[in-house]
Amino acid sequence: MIPFIIRRLLWMVVLLLVISFLTYIIFYTLPAADPAALRAGRQPSPELLASIRQTLGLDDPWYIQYFKYLKRLVLHFDFGYSYQNNISVKQQIFDRLPVSATLAFGAAVVWLLIGIPVGIISAIRRGTWMDRVAMGGALVAISAPVYWLGLVSLYLFSKDLGKFPIFEGQGAYPSTGSIFTNPQEVIPALIMPWFVLAASFAAVYARFLRGNLLEVMSEDYIRTARSKGLRERRVVFKHGVRSAITPIVTILGLDLGILLTQAILTETVFNIPGIGRLAFDAIQKSDLPTVQGTVLVGAFAIIFLNLLVDIVYAFLDPRVRY
Amino acid sequence: MALLEVNDLKVHFRTDDGIVKAVDGVSYTVESGQALGIVGESGSGKSVSSLTVMGLTRFAGNAIIEGSIVFDGKDLLAASDEDMRTLRGNDIAMIFQDPLSSLHPFYKIGDQLVEAIQAHRDVSKAQALDRSVEMLGLVGIPEPRRRIDSYPHEFSGGMRQRVMIAMALINDPKLLIADEPTTALDVTVQAQILDLIQRLQKELDTAIVMITHDLGVVAEVTDDIGVMYAGRIVEYADKEAIFAAPEHPYTWGLLKSIPRLDSPRGEELVPIPGRPPSLILKPSGCAFHPRCPYVREAHTKIDPQLAPAADVGNGGGHRHEVACLLPGQTRRALWAALRTGQVPDQVLENVDVPETAIDREAVGEVLAPAGTEVADGVVAAEPVATEPAPPAVTDGLSQDAGPDAPRR
Amino acid sequence: MSTNGKSPLIEVRDLEKHFPLKQGIILQRQVGAVRAVDGISFDVLEGETLGLVGESGCGKSTTARLVTRLLEPTDGTIVYKGEDIAHSSRAELKPLRRDMQMIFQDPYSSLNPRKTVGSIIGEPFIIHRLEKDEGARKKRVQELMDLVGLNPEHYNRFPHEFSGGQRQRIGVARAIALKPKLVVADEPVSALDVSIQAQIINLLSQLQRELGLTIIFIAHDLSVVRHVCDRVAVMYLGKIVEMADADQLFDHPRHPYTGALLSAVPVPDPRLAREKHRQVLGGDVPSPTNPPPACRFHTRCPKAQDGKCNVDEPFLEVKEGGNLAACHFPLTDEEIAARVPTAAA
Repeated sequence: MIPFIIRRLLWMVVLLLVISFLTYIIFYTLPAADPAALRAGRQPSPELLASIRQTLGLDDPWYIQYFKYLKRLVLHFDFGYSYQNNISVKQQIFDRLPVSATLAFGAAVVWLLIGIPVGIISAIRRGTWMDRVAMGGALVAISAPVYWLGLVSLYLFSKDLGKFPIFEGQGAYPSTGSIFTNPQEVIPALIMPWFVLAASFAAVYARFLRGNLLEVMSEDYIRTARSKGLRERRVVFKHGVRSAITPIVTILGLDLGILLTQAILTETVFNIPGIGRLAFDAIQKSDLPTVQGTVLVGAFAIIFLNLLVDIVYAFLDPRVRY
Repeated sequence: MALLEVNDLKVHFRTDDGIVKAVDGVSYTVESGQALGIVGESGSGKSVSSLTVMGLTRFAGNAIIEGSIVFDGKDLLAASDEDMRTLRGNDIAMIFQDPLSSLHPFYKIGDQLVEAIQAHRDVSKAQALDRSVEMLGLVGIPEPRRRIDSYPHEFSGGMRQRVMIAMALINDPKLLIADEPTTALDVTVQAQILDLIQRLQKELDTAIVMITHDLGVVAEVTDDIGVMYAGRIVEYADKEAIFAAPEHPYTWGLLKSIPRLDSPRGEELVPIPGRPPSLILKPSGCAFHPRCPYVREAHTKIDPQLAPAADVGNGGGHRHEVACLLPGQTRRALWAALRTGQVPDQVLENVDVPETAIDREAVGEVLAPAGTEVADGVVAAEPVATEPAPPAVTDGLSQDAGPDAPRR
Repeated sequence: MSTNGKSPLIEVRDLEKHFPLKQGIILQRQVGAVRAVDGISFDVLEGETLGLVGESGCGKSTTARLVTRLLEPTDGTIVYKGEDIAHSSRAELKPLRRDMQMIFQDPYSSLNPRKTVGSIIGEPFIIHRLEKDEGARKKRVQELMDLVGLNPEHYNRFPHEFSGGQRQRIGVARAIALKPKLVVADEPVSALDVSIQAQIINLLSQLQRELGLTIIFIAHDLSVVRHVCDRVAVMYLGKIVEMADADQLFDHPRHPYTGALLSAVPVPDPRLAREKHRQVLGGDVPSPTNPPPACRFHTRCPKAQDGKCNVDEPFLEVKEGGNLAACHFPLTDEEIAARVPTAAA
């Protein structure tokens, strides 16, 4: 196992390097706003522009810029400064990291708590009304775009505007504190976002688990379990679900890794200050250091979580040997 | 009283293509401590009948089960699901063909063995583990205390099947059903497992039902044999009679078509022409008639049932039943010719098979308009209610029961 | 090796196939190998049926694929028509593919489910650019279908519409389409029902007579092999341990492993079953990554002697009766009579 982990970590470094390089190239070659002009404000004088360019090092050839960037990153863990507002990129990202993490992991808890039981029941009661309702609902949840779902839920349930004011609406996320330090404000603000974000995932996981479990229940070892005289509940859960659920671990890792920096739509609809919003704004404003920073953090999250679930998988399935 | 008595068991499955008559009127008995062999090919219904004894057919939603199964005095078909559960793995146990896929890949075998015990006995885990180690030793697994912690994929095929046997016998069942237990194993391993099963049977006095397509296996391990074809038992006798004096053309066909180490090398194999029939659209009359070299007109209209083969004069109350409409004398003459090495074509030249004379005791259902005489002394009674035609099958090709080639 | 006056079609010498096992963090180094075929030599004589038997992991299927060059050997030579094809390129092998064909074990997965039967059997013609005219090709294909016992009118059907036995016939038709010289049949009847096996076995025998085929017949079922083959080679852990004419091998096996194999086969005769003292081999087949030293069979052999069998590797030599066996202590006639109930008295 250890050589496997080491190999994966080395690959992670290589991948991150490649990603950072590609991002740089994209920014460099694609026509976008001139960061100096953005920084300078209205009607800048040519001298101002020139001096900004020099400060930001924009006159150097791209490979020099890239190399300097890498050096700062690796040696000082310094992601540079935003072209927009000169705040440290690192600070911006890490300020928002708890927010995005809470959103992503909270949604994951919700979608697992909903999706897994629904999937199991659908499989056990295949063909009955429960199964049909569940799968029909899943279809709707998958098809509905998350921003639509978000807006509809605001329309219906938001405390300030909604028809049935139950939950906190837009902009309810407090500016200070995380879920650990300020739960009484954070949690109510995230209830609707969690459910909205979780909806399509719960549906996907339910369908996936249903399919898996149906397949597993026709395996030979289920027949053996029954012929041993085990109670059906034990057969379904200890033998069936236990097998069917291991692939879920793999996709869970992937989904979490992606969501950490990609929950842009949810963050926008509910006005949550997460990394997704940050990245989106930065792209619009050609703020390369910020974009680079979010891309790297996102990539790291995905690769790392992938490695983690692969390791967990080896513990779940004894046949897997690295 | 027999340990297991199966009487006119019918197991039909409702499918989109029609009703599959997997088991269509099967009767057999197993005495305590005895071994019954059920021989058949794929589609004969041999596995389904045993799965039904175990109560496992109930889990498929579309099964229609009729008839009777009495085990140790209990009516199994009328038993509740919970009653059946307490019997499974306890009084009746089953082992299957592929030991790798039959064990859960994620759990240690020790845990799987302990689970089998604790489902039926109120013992501590430590006690269950001790018993598991004891059983593993009994089935010949070296260093059982250490291997308790191994996973199924860490064993070889033969070892895995031994684990399955240990798991099946761990609660001292009265009856063990073995469904093709050695088919997936190498020849030398097969010998080990058969040896083990025989030894354990004697030591523990367990009754065995051995399901297989391999006539060599039943010759070694069983006392009585039932030959199944298209969901019915077509011949039922003790082992010696089946091999020395078989009376059903299908049994003859099987015996003559398998290559054997003990017959002359040059002797031609005589295949049974055609293919096993569809269980949805079974041939009218005798299910074997499309493939039988000795078929007569009457055989397409009369459904045979098991009847005693007349010449049971070998004493000892040995049962020999066969479901064939040919007169007993004719059958014996045919076999006498076949065993000298003649092929069916030659046999037909030398032995007279009467056109309309049939074995009256073997007559079951007659499918003909009332009043018609389909054979000597056999007149159709009230019209037989014909079943509604099943929905059209996509293409009759795969279900075509006709011979698909000139004899080759 | 007895030749019966026939000349060899293929000569295999010291053939080896090792599948490497790799380990390492960045650079994967080879730490060992699965020695699937570990130095075997045999001839395949023209017009004969050579049987290759053994249990799982003995290397018989790998040997089949090496001879037809579906795999490239790690070492050794395969001489066909005077030329060593062991390391020929794909281009060089292509014309040879007309001469050497394979029939596979599983009739359910070896046919492309999306192609009609006609196109499956007709494909060899297309690949080798024969019978370009579609009409002529169809006629040839239908002749082949008739030859193997299929209804030529089913030309446009798909594999799933046929039974297992019929699918195997399709595989046979495809294999003999270009009238090959050599057909390698890898367990051609193992996946079929007992009553259908005889049909396919008879078909192969008949085709061999009519088309003058040379067949390498691989199986684990000894009864089938005895019936079909002229000569038989027994393999164990990548080596040939015995090779002889079929009559000789089954009546007087000299290698203890052959004896154990024959002793293990259940025979459909209750009297024989009662009377025989079967020799049950203990233990499992060792792993082909780490075969026992010297004689591979010594760990399970009832006749093995410490100091000889685990030190000196035995080579194939002529033993009593003409069998080639790799054994220091071959079975005597008394031992054969005691342990192998089906052997000649």
